[in-house]
Amino acid sequence: MTDTITMQVSRYRPEQETAPTVQEYEVPLRGDWVVLDGLNYIKDHQDGTLSYRWSCRMGICGSCGMTVNGEPKLTCATFLTDYKLGPVRVEPLSNFPVIRDLVVEIGDFLRKLPRVMPWIVRDTDKPTTDGEYLQTPAEQDAYKQYSMCINCMLCYSACPVYGLDPHFIGPAAIALAQRYNLDSRDHGAADRLEVLTHPDGVWGCTFVGECTSACPKDVDPAGAIQRYKLSAAMQSIKAFVLPRSAR
Amino acid sequence: MSASPVYTEFHPRWYRKRMRTLWWLHRRSYLVFALRELSCVFIAWFVIFLLLLVHAIGAGSRDYHRFLDWAANPVVIAVNIVAFLFVVLHAITWFSLAPKAIVVRARGRRVPSTYIAGANYLAWAVVSAVVAWLILRT
Repeated sequence: MTDTITMQVSRYRPEQETAPTVQEYEVPLRGDWVVLDGLNYIKDHQDGTLSYRWSCRMGICGSCGMTVNGEPKLTCATFLTDYKLGPVRVEPLSNFPVIRDLVVEIGDFLRKLPRVMPWIVRDTDKPTTDGEYLQTPAEQDAYKQYSMCINCMLCYSACPVYGLDPHFIGPAAIALAQRYNLDSRDHGAADRLEVLTHPDGVWGCTFVGECTSACPKDVDPAGAIQRYKLSAAMQSIKAFVLPRSAR
Repeated sequence: MSASPVYTEFHPRWYRKRMRTLWWLHRRSYLVFALRELSCVFIAWFVIFLLLLVHAIGAGSRDYHRFLDWAANPVVIAVNIVAFLFVVLHAITWFSLAPKAIVVRARGRRVPSTYIAGANYLAWAVVSAVVAWLILRT
């Protein structure tokens, strides 16, 4: 007999209910199955109406973030056997509006992200015939950790500041701003300053640290934010103390 | 297929879950966060207490002794003990934040966070010792 595990899945069908309900499914408990495999089994064999996002199944696309037993997780990297006493509760990511079942509305994050200009900003571009912008391994190490972000939004789901104040620009956007600020090829730090030092920027963070705990890629957004706070404070002091030419 | 596709007019109603009133009790880090937010009240209290002390010293010996009598009131002592605990919580948060904010590289490697935090605690101990010496030497 195959072992099974109960999955308690949050359902929200706006055409027939005003608030989410919980539906239970029994799925096989296999050693190599992750929560996403359980959801796919439900979708394929038990209930084709279940809605959720997923794509790569290998922790790269950042689509399958959900709340598993109260914790924000990538469901493709969360094994069912870690919950083998069961049941496994699967809910949509917290702090986002729910569109249907496990699908959340991510427009807020997608509108915030370009505000920090997460791309290389150059004062002047050299012609492509001059080749690449070269970088030493040490220069790459300066930002590499922050470049691992996959925009999965688990950090937004874990952040109580974002939950309480949706205007807060949020952990991933700040970490990505730092990823480019610390890049030796980038000249955009001054352009990002206004968004990041706005009251809805880094100063909204009170170092809860849950974003870093939730991050599946070890990006450490909390560290990125505290680092930027120090840079911003130093910038303000320099602007106050030094003449314009010396800043 | 000749028929053009028919799109439904249905626009889903999003479900917005509000954070529960007692959300901050559900996780230790959230509780510490809420306590840290609350600590600002006690830090403000310490500032007021200090200003009252300075004012009493400036107003002369009688006012100063009246202030000392008031400060010895068990209620004021209790409030100050609670305020002190909140200030310690705030300070410890700062020291654990420091290694995140200060990234120092030496010989091509990042200086371990324990060194940065340790330097902060050491500086705290030295400053505290100097202040204690200044107060207690008479």
